[in-house]
Amino acid sequence: MDLRYTDAQLAFRDELRDWLATALPEVAPEPDRHDWDARRRWDTDWQAMLADAGYAGIDWPTEFGGRGASPAEHLIFLEETERLRAPYVGVNFVGLGHAGPTIIAEGTEAQQADHLPKILRGEEVWCQGFSEPGAGSDLASLQCRAVRDGDEYVISGQKIWTSFAHIADYCELLVRTDPDPEIRKHKGISWLMMSMDSPGIDIRPLDTVLGSSEFAEMFLDEVRVPVSNRVGDENDGWRVTMVTLSFERGTAFVSELLGSMKLVEEAADLARQVTRNSATAWDDVGLRREIGQIAAELDALWALTKRNVSQAARTGIPGPGGNVFKLRYAETRRHLGDVSARLLARAGLGIGETGSHSRNDPIEERIYALSLKIAAGTTQVNKNIIGERVLGLPKG
Amino acid sequence: MDFELSDDQAALAEGIRNLCQGRFDIETIRGFAESGGVDPGRWKELGDTGVFGLMATEADGGLGMGLADAVLVFEELGRAAVPGPLVGTFLAASAVPAALAGDHVVSLVEHTADNAAGPWMVEHLDAAASVAVLGAESVSLIPAADLAGEALPHPLDVLTPVSRVQSLADGQEIGGPEVAADWRHRGSVLTAALQLGLAEASLELGVAYAKEREQFNKPIGTFQAIKHLCADMLTHVEVARAAVYAAGVHFDQPDTGDAVRAASVAKLLAGQAGDFCGKACTQIHGGMGYTWEVDVHLFLKRSWVLDTVFGDADDHTEAVAAFL
Ligand SMILES: Cc1cc2nc3c(=O)[nH]c(=O)nc-3n(C[C@H](O)[C@H](O)[C@H](O)COP(=O)(O)OP(=O)(O)OC[C@H]3O[C@@H](n4cnc5c(N)ncnc54)[C@H](O)[C@@H]3O)c2cc1C
Repeated sequence: MDLRYTDAQLAFRDELRDWLATALPEVAPEPDRHDWDARRRWDTDWQAMLADAGYAGIDWPTEFGGRGASPAEHLIFLEETERLRAPYVGVNFVGLGHAGPTIIAEGTEAQQADHLPKILRGEEVWCQGFSEPGAGSDLASLQCRAVRDGDEYVISGQKIWTSFAHIADYCELLVRTDPDPEIRKHKGISWLMMSMDSPGIDIRPLDTVLGSSEFAEMFLDEVRVPVSNRVGDENDGWRVTMVTLSFERGTAFVSELLGSMKLVEEAADLARQVTRNSATAWDDVGLRREIGQIAAELDALWALTKRNVSQAARTGIPGPGGNVFKLRYAETRRHLGDVSARLLARAGLGIGETGSHSRNDPIEERIYALSLKIAAGTTQVNKNIIGERVLGLPKG
Repeated sequence: MDFELSDDQAALAEGIRNLCQGRFDIETIRGFAESGGVDPGRWKELGDTGVFGLMATEADGGLGMGLADAVLVFEELGRAAVPGPLVGTFLAASAVPAALAGDHVVSLVEHTADNAAGPWMVEHLDAAASVAVLGAESVSLIPAADLAGEALPHPLDVLTPVSRVQSLADGQEIGGPEVAADWRHRGSVLTAALQLGLAEASLELGVAYAKEREQFNKPIGTFQAIKHLCADMLTHVEVARAAVYAAGVHFDQPDTGDAVRAASVAKLLAGQAGDFCGKACTQIHGGMGYTWEVDVHLFLKRSWVLDTVFGDADDHTEAVAAFL
């Protein structure tokens, strides 16, 4: 076990620091979070800057235009950018983390040439059309139907919770290409690249509990997608999707986690300013210990992240550490939100009112933390997976 | 950066695990209750294997390894629920050659401002040759024979006999403030490693029972309430493992993180893991979990005993908060 960075890794970090010192002052102020066009522009401008400097697709292989960085370098990249509060991956998340890697692993040369350079430069924003009203945790029961018509698929159905649908250029879409109820439900699914300009797509934004429209319902009415936009074989889309998941190298929550470590320090600062029973809240040993507990858990999760990254670097596949991370992280973040709210008391009745100098408002963060147990696989499903696939318990 | 075990470390952990399976299986250990929790012959085997001298210098007859290595060894000792004052003897080994060799059992008692007047609860007094007194500013060694103790008739953990000692005889000082701080630091991390191992023992036992026990014509592990308890145990174990290993590495490689803060994080989360997993494993066993026969109570009670040394959850949450 060795937590020291190598000389090469330190050199990578120094070079990155130098670049960030010159690049960050050129970044425009962060736009209002309800102004989606501006948000898209802000995130994609940053992506273009990264591409010019050779940092786009940090973990992508070099033959596909990426940096080919090791997981440790990826970690350094996320650490440094978060430390200096550089823009987050934002709307480029699905393209860089999901669609791009899938196209790298399973796409044809033509598909790779069409999309990968644009994703890397922030010229193509992607969204993920997996979930449906009737298919959430049980994703493989999805019903959105694609019927072959010559060299096109004609697609009808409904998707839901599609993040960034209203500003995306492309959608990674899971459709049912074989409706035969006799075959196993995982077998009849295909993975398509759908242009969001296609006629027949109706997007209806859904307001989240934050009052913003992060995600949307997507109604598809005879949308035509060329067969050449299918990635992988027909009816083999489930496997294609699983291949993508195996790209995760333990870095998914690094920026967020480091941000959380700042939030807990700010909670401690806040506690020193708030009056409680004629003293400060920090003088209340109960509160202080709770904050210490949260900070300790975040420290341990940072250590766990390094274990996960190291394991991925050695084996090339994600271990169960990612599932474990997500379970505990969601709990810790809820606890942090609750403690912050107790400190703010009625000063926390408005979002963005607290004068916090953090990147994120503690009350907004408390609400956001609710999603950590739902998005990308719920806590319960995650526990089923750990129980069955990691611990070998029998299926229910 | 590579936070996975090196080949040498993996071999070290496996070696100790094999030793424990062969020489400290749970039936054998239960038998130690007759001899005050320590069997001199088996204790000597630990010394011969180098367990107590892992971090002592080669000049002192040790192996010159790091705390991260020692953590792996103590994790295995915890998993096997090996009883005895392992941490005290380990810490004393640099100063007491016979302790390093496994010929001299050293119990440890903390002498803090809170219990300056005693009485002191000394573990394994009958088996010990010396008692190390860890004070705020010094460490001293007292021959166990010089201490009068009244054995508790019903110790919390049958394998950790405890004596109430009313006064501590004068001892021989073997270290000043720096040594005391070092003992507290490494003692926290090694105790955390024992608790990590105990948590794993509960996890393994609980999962095995969930696969084997049937009710309503199916293994109880089929039921989500049980399955999710198992997943929660694994989560506790893996988060604690990361914390404990990090505490070991930060001690050996001080540039990589604050080792003192990491020691508190490790002791806190490993104690919580030992407690959570012990309770969950008890619950998974139903009525069997409440019997003397099933081993889980040994794991849980040992973890509770270890909560009381080198700082408990209250101390370590405070200690971490002080860094903010
Ligand atoms: C912020 C956010 C962004 C998202 N972005 C996207 C996106 O971009 N693209 C996309 O495709 N999807 C997206 N999702 C959807 C997300 O993946 C689903 O919400 C999630 O998989 C759960 O599905 P569901 O909402 O249908 O809940 P359900 O599956 O209906 O679950 C309801 C409840 O039942 C429980 N449950 C279900 N099955 C089991 C079981 N077998 N055992 C025990 N409990 C069970 C669940 O844990 C949950 O508590 C997003 C969700 C959120 C919150």
